[in-house]
Amino acid sequence: MATKASRSAARLMISPAVLLLLGWMLVPLCLTLYFSFLRYNLLQIGATPFAGWENYYWFVTDPSFKAAIQNTLVLVGGVLAITTIGGLFAAILLDRPMFGTGIIRIMVIAPFFVMPTVSALVWKNMFMNPVNGIFGRIATSLGFQPVDFFGQIPLASIIIIVSWTWLPFATLILLTALQSLDQEQLEAAEMDGAGWWSRFWFIMLPHLARAITVVILIQTIFLLSIFAEILVTTNGGPGTATTNLTYLIYVSSLLQFDVGMGSAGGVIAIILANIVAIFLMRMIGKNLDA
Amino acid sequence: MPTKHTLLSTAVGFGIAALASTAVAEEITIATVNNADMIVMQKLAPQWEEATGNSINWVVLEENVLRQRTTQDIATGGGSFDIMFIGAYETPIWGANGWLTSLNDFGDDPDYDLEDIFQLVRNGLSADGNLYAVPLYSETSFTFYRTDLFEKAGIEPPTEQITYTEFAEMAAKLHDPDNGVFGTCQRGKAGWGENMAFVGTMANAFGARWFDMDWNPQLDSPEWNAAITYYVDLMNNSGPPGATANGHNENRALFKDGKCATWVDATSAANDVRNPATSNVADVTDFFQAPKQETDKGTGWFWSWALAIPASSQKADVAKDFLKWATSKEYFQMVGDTEGWVAVPSGTRASIHEDPRLLEAAPFAETIKTAIFSVDPADPTRDPVPYTGVQFVAIPEFQGIGNYVGQQVAAALAGQMTVEQALANSQQFAVREMTKAGYIK
Amino acid sequence: MARAVSNRTKVANTAIAGALGFLMFFPILWILFLAFKTEEDAIRAPLEVLFGSGWTMESFATVQARSDYFKHFSNSVIISLGSTFLGLLVAIPAAWSMAFVPSKHTRNVLMWMLSTKMLPPVGVLVPIYLIFRDLELLDTRFGLTIVLMLINLPIIIWMLYTYFKEIPGEILEAARMDGATLRAEILYVLTPMAIPGMASTVLLNIILAWNEAFWTINLTASNAAPLTQFITSYSSPEGLFYAKLSAASVMAIAPILIMGWFSQKQLVRGLTFGAVK
Repeated sequence: MATKASRSAARLMISPAVLLLLGWMLVPLCLTLYFSFLRYNLLQIGATPFAGWENYYWFVTDPSFKAAIQNTLVLVGGVLAITTIGGLFAAILLDRPMFGTGIIRIMVIAPFFVMPTVSALVWKNMFMNPVNGIFGRIATSLGFQPVDFFGQIPLASIIIIVSWTWLPFATLILLTALQSLDQEQLEAAEMDGAGWWSRFWFIMLPHLARAITVVILIQTIFLLSIFAEILVTTNGGPGTATTNLTYLIYVSSLLQFDVGMGSAGGVIAIILANIVAIFLMRMIGKNLDA
Repeated sequence: MPTKHTLLSTAVGFGIAALASTAVAEEITIATVNNADMIVMQKLAPQWEEATGNSINWVVLEENVLRQRTTQDIATGGGSFDIMFIGAYETPIWGANGWLTSLNDFGDDPDYDLEDIFQLVRNGLSADGNLYAVPLYSETSFTFYRTDLFEKAGIEPPTEQITYTEFAEMAAKLHDPDNGVFGTCQRGKAGWGENMAFVGTMANAFGARWFDMDWNPQLDSPEWNAAITYYVDLMNNSGPPGATANGHNENRALFKDGKCATWVDATSAANDVRNPATSNVADVTDFFQAPKQETDKGTGWFWSWALAIPASSQKADVAKDFLKWATSKEYFQMVGDTEGWVAVPSGTRASIHEDPRLLEAAPFAETIKTAIFSVDPADPTRDPVPYTGVQFVAIPEFQGIGNYVGQQVAAALAGQMTVEQALANSQQFAVREMTKAGYIK
Repeated sequence: MARAVSNRTKVANTAIAGALGFLMFFPILWILFLAFKTEEDAIRAPLEVLFGSGWTMESFATVQARSDYFKHFSNSVIISLGSTFLGLLVAIPAAWSMAFVPSKHTRNVLMWMLSTKMLPPVGVLVPIYLIFRDLELLDTRFGLTIVLMLINLPIIIWMLYTYFKEIPGEILEAARMDGATLRAEILYVLTPMAIPGMASTVLLNIILAWNEAFWTINLTASNAAPLTQFITSYSSPEGLFYAKLSAASVMAIAPILIMGWFSQKQLVRGLTFGAVK
């Protein structure tokens, strides 16, 4: 159907977006790549000599590096598991007939509108603080020792905070998908004596597969660079318990101002992100014929 | 004819110069931290704005964010700020790098009276004999304690410097979590300017040091082990829950709310804690020296929050004018008149510390002055060291090392690893950093 | 078609879903309460906060006196609307061409665009900061608008692409037969059909731009600083701060929350990313 003319017109129309994104990707990428081979610390004035692979060596042998990779995976995986499973549950629940659907939906969606810095501050101070926070107050009044969230279960606490933001997003997408499900198909299955579980497993879940893929894809993109929540609550600690790759790069390039090593970390993170991207693309390819 | 022409143009020139210097109102941007004394300055600043016709954009940030933003801006010559609040650690390093405007000419202004600012403090804000920042307040550390709780527990407040061992016994006796009182509150939040400020002075007391004379890190020494083991035990036995989240500000809030019996921290918090308008324990708080252990050297830290002008600022003259105003004798008196003399920032000017109004409202001001004068950043430890600085090491690499060690200490405090493990990691990291920076060949 | 549901089931559903909604919403509700308390009351036990203390506007006044809310607010509005508008300008043609003149590279291009979002911003801050310094874009609304537009562009393009794909090609063929130019085709045929999808794209993008907290804090000082920076000065001040923090938080999130509530239907309808056939 596409003519030659429309093809070239199409190319013309897509080019601004491609050029802009290419520039946005290439310019910092090239500079980062260039810096990563220099001995370049902002706190030291003077020359920035060529350093070879030195920065990469220091970044990879950093004792925090392994922990950072591990924490990144746990953080992304944990939030994805909670939000997808929780979102599935919430979507099925919200899809049922009830009173005041509108208001309840609004309440469930609301956390998605809250900026990450605010949500981290609120959870850290008003809820998870063992002395003045609500959880601590409740535990104390029941005679229990209050949980020291950021001391005892730091990574889990961050996962809770991030999940609170992203659960509404997953719920929204899954709910929209669920509403497009053919009700008659479900009813027919029920007539045939299929129980709730088999209806869920054989009808609902396959129908939601695409939506679940989308949820995982979009969230992974955002979760890989989780930063504000960690900065505000734990600063990556205690120890390296909540240092993810993004935070480790922040520590080298903006706390130690070692731009060379930070850039090396940036390059490594970009490579890893691209591996994830390829992996995701294959997954999408199976489920999404775009 | 030529003469007339020259005269005329000179006159015009003067006119323009006069216009430029007086009539053109400038707008300056100040990066500041959200501490109480800075907020007071923000409140009083409109007076300067009205008097000079200039205006100020305040950028108020949390301390960590402030430090990162200002360092990033000044090191890249971004020029986003005309004035920055910086500390005793950054000033000499940045000054030596040529990033700050020299303030030596403040000495020529008899009204400003630079000599009136304590010599010790000026030295701490200079590099190579040039002054690069002027202080709003300076501090050392001492012990805050609750007179009422001491009396109830039958403990005699010490008059001499006690040891940390004695301090721990005291804290254990005072610890009463069922009634919402913790024996001691100390900094646990990781960071070189947070937990490591207290831990650093405590390590000094236990005879530890950061580096030997050849810049070899000493974090795996028995002294460090003794200090951190003591710290973890102290906090577990007599501290509040969740101590790894508590920095200076969190502890200050807890103490003012009456939840802590003792607290070793900055003298600059004293006026706030003793101010009935802001504190619940104003009448029942008193102070004694920070404890010693193996040695009494370096047991109290030295810090100063000061105003500096980045070399990249294009409005240095207006900025200097503001700096003079904000650290003048008149400014401190104005704080006394509007906020009460108990709220006047301490450790800056000799004349203010002698003011009878201050001595009456804040009798502890004398204690603070004595405590500050007893600190010697050039000789901070039992064993000789190649660096200056009590709770920090005045080299650019220290930020990174201090933050990392702070994290490891916090992990030991949270029980996520043993003290040995934490210090072994710290030593390894410090050796790496010092090797990378070329101190260790 | 819909089955008759007994009232009892409906009540039970309402109770469970209501409990979930309450749990999710509670943190927001709580800061809304604390914002109207004094600092001393704000740290009391939860029940005392609710029933045992008075209400006051004090914290809002303190926050406004200390940091100019309206300046930050208008910066947030300008930056998030501006970046969304610029983003649409670039994204509509791109999404159109990918949806209606697909080539064998389309999917790869799309995925490549998305993958640019995976670059860790902290890794490239220093280069960007240096570029901004040299172009004199530091602390300007324009610079920030451009950056936010670029960050969210892949998401906009992808969302629009999925909506455009749902539009049947025959309609466009018909329009072309009638002699419609490309411009007319996009303006008068395509756009009206894609309005619901565009609405939710715009909404999502505004939300993302409003809440972006890394670039907005690091590339601004005062003139262009939006609400994300406004909130950082209340994160850990000396002394009690729960009430002030709550008030500042409420001020920072209220505009976007209210917008979200009113446009909930549009947002929900379009937020499918092509997941629904």
